[in-house]
Amino acid sequence: MSDNAVEIRDLVKTFGGGRSLFGREANQVQAVRSISLDLKRGETLGIVGESGSGKSTLARMLVGLERPTAGTMLIDGKPWAELASSGSRAFGRTIQYVFQDPVASLNPRKTIGDILDVPLRLLCRYDSAKRSARKRELVDAVQMPADTLDRYPHEFSGGQAQRIAIARALAAEARILVLDEPVSALDVSVQAQVLLLLQQLRDDLGLSYLFISHDLAVVESISDRVAVMYLGEVVESGPAAQLFVDPQHDYTRSLIASAPRLTASDSAI
Amino acid sequence: MTNMAATTPPPARKRRSNWQLLMANRLAAAGLFLFGFIVIVALLAPVLPLPNPDITDQPNRLLPPFSAGHLFGTDHLGRDILSRLIWGTQVSLLVGISATALAALFGSLIGLVAGYARGATDSVLMRFVDMLMAFPYILLAIAIVAALGPGLLNALYAIAIVNIPFFARNIRGVTVSIRNREFVDAARLSGKGHAAVLFTEVLPNVLPVIVITMSTTVGWMILETAGLSFLGLGAQPPTSDLGSMLGQARAQLFTAPHASIVPGIMIFILVMSINLLGDGIRDVLDPRLRSGALDRPMPVTRIARKTRPAPTLPDAPALVVENLSTGFDTGDAITPAIRDVSFRLGKGECLGLIGESGSGKSVTALSLMGLVASPPGVITDGAVYIEGKDVLSLREQELIGLRGARVAYVFQDPLTTLHPLFTVGEQIAEAILAHDPIGRQAAHSRAVALMETVGIRDAASRASAYPHELSGGQRQRIGIAMALANDPDIIIADEPTTALDVTVQARILELLQQLRRERGLALLLITHDFGVVAQVCDRVAVMKNGEIVEQGDTRAILRDPQHDYTKRLIACVPELGEGHGFLDRVRPLFAEARP
Repeated sequence: MSDNAVEIRDLVKTFGGGRSLFGREANQVQAVRSISLDLKRGETLGIVGESGSGKSTLARMLVGLERPTAGTMLIDGKPWAELASSGSRAFGRTIQYVFQDPVASLNPRKTIGDILDVPLRLLCRYDSAKRSARKRELVDAVQMPADTLDRYPHEFSGGQAQRIAIARALAAEARILVLDEPVSALDVSVQAQVLLLLQQLRDDLGLSYLFISHDLAVVESISDRVAVMYLGEVVESGPAAQLFVDPQHDYTRSLIASAPRLTASDSAI
Repeated sequence: MTNMAATTPPPARKRRSNWQLLMANRLAAAGLFLFGFIVIVALLAPVLPLPNPDITDQPNRLLPPFSAGHLFGTDHLGRDILSRLIWGTQVSLLVGISATALAALFGSLIGLVAGYARGATDSVLMRFVDMLMAFPYILLAIAIVAALGPGLLNALYAIAIVNIPFFARNIRGVTVSIRNREFVDAARLSGKGHAAVLFTEVLPNVLPVIVITMSTTVGWMILETAGLSFLGLGAQPPTSDLGSMLGQARAQLFTAPHASIVPGIMIFILVMSINLLGDGIRDVLDPRLRSGALDRPMPVTRIARKTRPAPTLPDAPALVVENLSTGFDTGDAITPAIRDVSFRLGKGECLGLIGESGSGKSVTALSLMGLVASPPGVITDGAVYIEGKDVLSLREQELIGLRGARVAYVFQDPLTTLHPLFTVGEQIAEAILAHDPIGRQAAHSRAVALMETVGIRDAASRASAYPHELSGGQRQRIGIAMALANDPDIIIADEPTTALDVTVQARILELLQQLRRERGLALLLITHDFGVVAQVCDRVAVMKNGEIVEQGDTRAILRDPQHDYTKRLIACVPELGEGHGFLDRVRPLFAEARP
């Protein structure tokens, strides 16, 4: 087994295309064009890019929510196609996804207990005693009070809901997590807390993260390596510390120059 | 951020239960009681002391109402009308409700599957439904009954089939929107199969819509059953139902009008009560109506100030806000949203108002021009001086006249504030014409000039573009152009760059800075991002829980924050170049909060 949690080779995703009923060719959009990336075990790979750069499409393909047009992916040593054909259970056990909008990713009509129960029952096949024990462990792991389980999603703030969403991703006991803008919808102080939680969970449980964000500073704070995406391609990748200090690609430079800073006030006024 | 009030209701707010809401609607309550009474009477038909509805009595035919032993008289065969009415109501109710249940079951199923599966399945199912809809419904019902043979049960099937499209289309629309929500994807990733996702995740969210649709169609179904029976296709003699009573009495309409009027009134009362109740149930269950979409907001926020401040302020800068307090009326009490907010903003100056979600930044911005939706918003205290004059003391029309003319707003997401059906040029021209009737032609050329000012290349041709044809950054430039349309003195920008990419954000901020310098605008910039404040603002005010906890020179506050909250906020902003050091730096801040 290789030491890569995820290996992506020449991945392409094209939306649209094909012919309509009357033979007209539909417009094609190339969301991802020939991406190759590696995520090492226990590592956090940051993916930076602006809207439309294809980062979310990449994430959705990794967890099996979209089907790639071309290219190969190895997830935890298993080919993507093999996981896809063996159903959602195989995928869920291997790789999990945390959504950008935590409130939207929790069904408003189910209690947190019901929501956490699903992956434990369907993916891990635990009996009910084991499930309730695991649920308490999970809620505790994301630093939420025990009565969380009996409450409904709307009773929680954005930060708390994101902790619950992380708990659900952890419930599947997958070793790889795809985090799609997990802190973008949160206030700065909550953002910092969620980042701390993510870092601690990774170290405690030996997880590998693919961390997607448009915020350079956030990505830098948690990633070991960073890949910059622009119009569906990876234009640059490298160790986080090096990439931000010495960007090679023009686009990366303009991204870094545009990022608002607290200390840049003297030049602007 | 602009709908802060809707997303973060104050914790003290009490939600009324569905039952209380329904009872508060008097028409719906009346409908409920009337319908309940009819149902109980119809159900009690076997035990009530009624003559047999099917026994004919020729000598006593067509007795008028209030005859001895026959309260509503008798029909053309001498049968007791009251008895037939009650038994007939039972039959009509049974058929109407069963038909609704059947139509709801199959229609919803088709809608759910079509909306969830999409693609070819959707096309096939919906074209089938369209085919059903293409026939006039009563004709289709008659055709179905003709094929199956007349009879109550066949009439029931016919009505159910005819109403399937109505349910299918309604439910499909809702399902499509719910299917795209993230929790559906999340459930898939938790290992649920398609059927499980559809019935355990999607269905519970669609259920209120099914109930609403059912409650608004039961009345129709009863009417349609009556229609078929009237034509002799439904209930067969001697069984009575409301429609067949009406049909049989038709021949004696002039000699014995009571025989048709009594069942007619019954149908009217029954259908009315169900429709009133159905509308009431819809209002209670529909979250959009429940959140107050039916309330018409007043043009200016209600002002109920405890004290009356001086109407003018000598030597005032462009904008002075003193002790402004705004709250939301929850029925029993006013929950304060902002308290004692005071700040000053001079010409050409930029003040940043920063805070986390729910801190009251947007309510502050909207209160300045009385734009907080009312009800429930109430300005409870304070004054807003523009050029030294308190705008909250002005008459409504004067205050509305100031909006856009002296004070203009730029909102977070221009895609939601720009009208999708008008070109951007027309919308800027409209903003100009609202205050300055210079004629369409002149307004248009001024709109193009404004678009050039805000840095849109090739403005003359871009003016005829629709909002969706522009990028996010360009749309925000249009938003700024609209704000500039009448040469305002003050611009209030509410999170103007939050929805934009960083490279675009940098350019929009540059534009705002440039306009401020060239036109001497006073800029109130509302944001949650300290980086933006650091780049643009001269001074900054930090808000927390509806109060300004600290304000002063931007550089001074960033360098040396005094209030604990400000310190914490600034410390939580990751800086580029800090790397993993950031998390090590903030860890102690939250260490004491750990359980």
